[in-house]
Amino acid sequence: MSTIVLLFLTGLGLGGLYFLVASGLSLIFGLMRVLNMAHGALFTIAAYIAWQVTLPLLGGNLTLAWFAGIVVAIVAGGACAFLLEVFLIRPLYTRPIGQILVTVGVALAAVALVEGAWGEDMKQVLLPAWLTGTVRVLGANIPTSQLVIAAIALLVLGALVLFLRATRYGLVIRAGVENRSMVEALGIDVNRAFTLVFVIGGMAAGLAGFLAGTFFGEIDPARGTSMLIFAFIVVVIGGLGSVTGSAIAAAVVAIVQQFLNFYAAPGIGDFSVVILLAAALLLRPRSAEAS
Amino acid sequence: MNARLRFVLALAGIALLVAAPWIGIPLPPIFSEPLSAPGTLNLLALCFIFGALALSYDLIFGFAGLLSFGHALYFAVGVYTAAVALARWHWSLPQALAFTFVLSILLPLVIGAVCLRVRDVQFAMVTLAFAQAGSILVMQNPFNLTGGEEGLALGVNALPAFLVGVENTRNLYWLALALLACTCAVGWWSVNSAPGRVWQAIRENERRVAVIGLNPYLYKLGAFVLSAFLASAAGIVYLLIEGSASPDITTANFTLALLVMVVLGGVGTLWGAVLGGIVYEYLDFRLVTVSGATQLQSLPAFLRVTLSEPLFILGVLFIVLVLFVPGGLAGAVRRLNPAFLTSSGSQ
Repeated sequence: MSTIVLLFLTGLGLGGLYFLVASGLSLIFGLMRVLNMAHGALFTIAAYIAWQVTLPLLGGNLTLAWFAGIVVAIVAGGACAFLLEVFLIRPLYTRPIGQILVTVGVALAAVALVEGAWGEDMKQVLLPAWLTGTVRVLGANIPTSQLVIAAIALLVLGALVLFLRATRYGLVIRAGVENRSMVEALGIDVNRAFTLVFVIGGMAAGLAGFLAGTFFGEIDPARGTSMLIFAFIVVVIGGLGSVTGSAIAAAVVAIVQQFLNFYAAPGIGDFSVVILLAAALLLRPRSAEAS
Repeated sequence: MNARLRFVLALAGIALLVAAPWIGIPLPPIFSEPLSAPGTLNLLALCFIFGALALSYDLIFGFAGLLSFGHALYFAVGVYTAAVALARWHWSLPQALAFTFVLSILLPLVIGAVCLRVRDVQFAMVTLAFAQAGSILVMQNPFNLTGGEEGLALGVNALPAFLVGVENTRNLYWLALALLACTCAVGWWSVNSAPGRVWQAIRENERRVAVIGLNPYLYKLGAFVLSAFLASAAGIVYLLIEGSASPDITTANFTLALLVMVVLGGVGTLWGAVLGGIVYEYLDFRLVTVSGATQLQSLPAFLRVTLSEPLFILGVLFIVLVLFVPGGLAGAVRRLNPAFLTSSGSQ
């Protein structure tokens, strides 16, 4: 029983990371029809910048360093996403395939840059003591960090839903996901909403990059790419453009992965997630005939 | 340029490529050794393989308009199936080839049938996910078959004698050249066949194809399987040349490299893709030499670090290409000389 609780709650922690990456991807695609292949690169760069900036703080108060890292990662992720959108995505609004290709180029170059600047090996992350401990839940010892990550992801989910439901920009974004040309026809500047969504996605990816460091206890340059692939799976299962769909799919995918990695064999869980994706595609009522 | 002159030039080019192992002239800025040296022949053979591989990717991406992010998987199927059959099961080369061919038709048939239920960006994501599953499988080293991260080396006795050893590099060179020629022939024939024309129609407007009464799904599946099969064939020859299988070729980055090759050469032109593959592999190889050069040590740290990462240079090059040279090398040539080139199979 305690194993099941442990796997379930660590699954929620991992699902939180997937959700943070997938929600940005899903919103960006839903509104802008851009598949952002550089989303994993935003994740990695933000994680490394946060690691570098908080390095001098590690001698003192680790809790302070951890919170500073969160802020730095969010700002770095948002700033990189802003630059990416304005300088590389915007000139290609008329060429959708070009937009995907340019993000592919950014993904390759950015990961190579990180490897060049910080090395290919993983970096250890120092965590405050209260994060490395465990909490007893229903007889199981759950690492505190997992619960914290799941809680932060829930917080972000709440904030995003609130933003989309209750603000004017949220309304524009939701309307744009439904029908972009109609929103433009109403005289609303969709470009501004594009940039905003891209920056929000980048901030979430940056936060995920930092929290992945907390989750795994280390950061490495290749993590962003593998996260991106699982986020793709989450986005396809959850439905493009839907934040709550991403949240549910992220939790399901991560929990399935954790259980099978434990009960079958390490790696089988990762593998089975792809089977889950294939099943979701085959069972989906909207078949190849729909457009 | 009239047709006869072009034919003669093409024939001369092919004759030169076939005769390369006997031509001992040094070409200092392009190759560090003479043309007939094993090192040069090896590099050329790898270039030919990547030319063929880029062509196979262009069939599905450039002609059928399907952005697949999982093409590395089918190359890896060729490499790893043949490697496992030869090195772990100790099959003879013909047996291993037959088994690999069967698998490299069945696997894309099943995966393509699933992936093609969605389209556009979702298709891209789903193909990437399947390729990732393949990569995980190779890394997990099931039943100690694939060798995991270490890769899988063919033993000395796994191959017939004429394919082993430095003095037989020329045989491998000819094999790679033959692979490229066959792939070009199949590619040219397929895009000019009736189904090939339907692929291009699907790329332009899938709904219209459906309205005419054709089933786009079956045509797309055909393109998917053919392109995957050609990639696997390239994978087999790659294995014979390298003598080992490394998990690097299963990763998402490898598919992205293929995408760079095709975009570099020109999407939707056969010769452009082949050229892109050859140029990419050549640059990749030479850039590694540049990154290791001693002159770099005197540069400031920031420049040295970025220049020592070939992927960084290629990524930036790719961004510049996409932004400023949309048609790739083929598009640039066509703009300089609009009369050139009507035989590429596309408009």
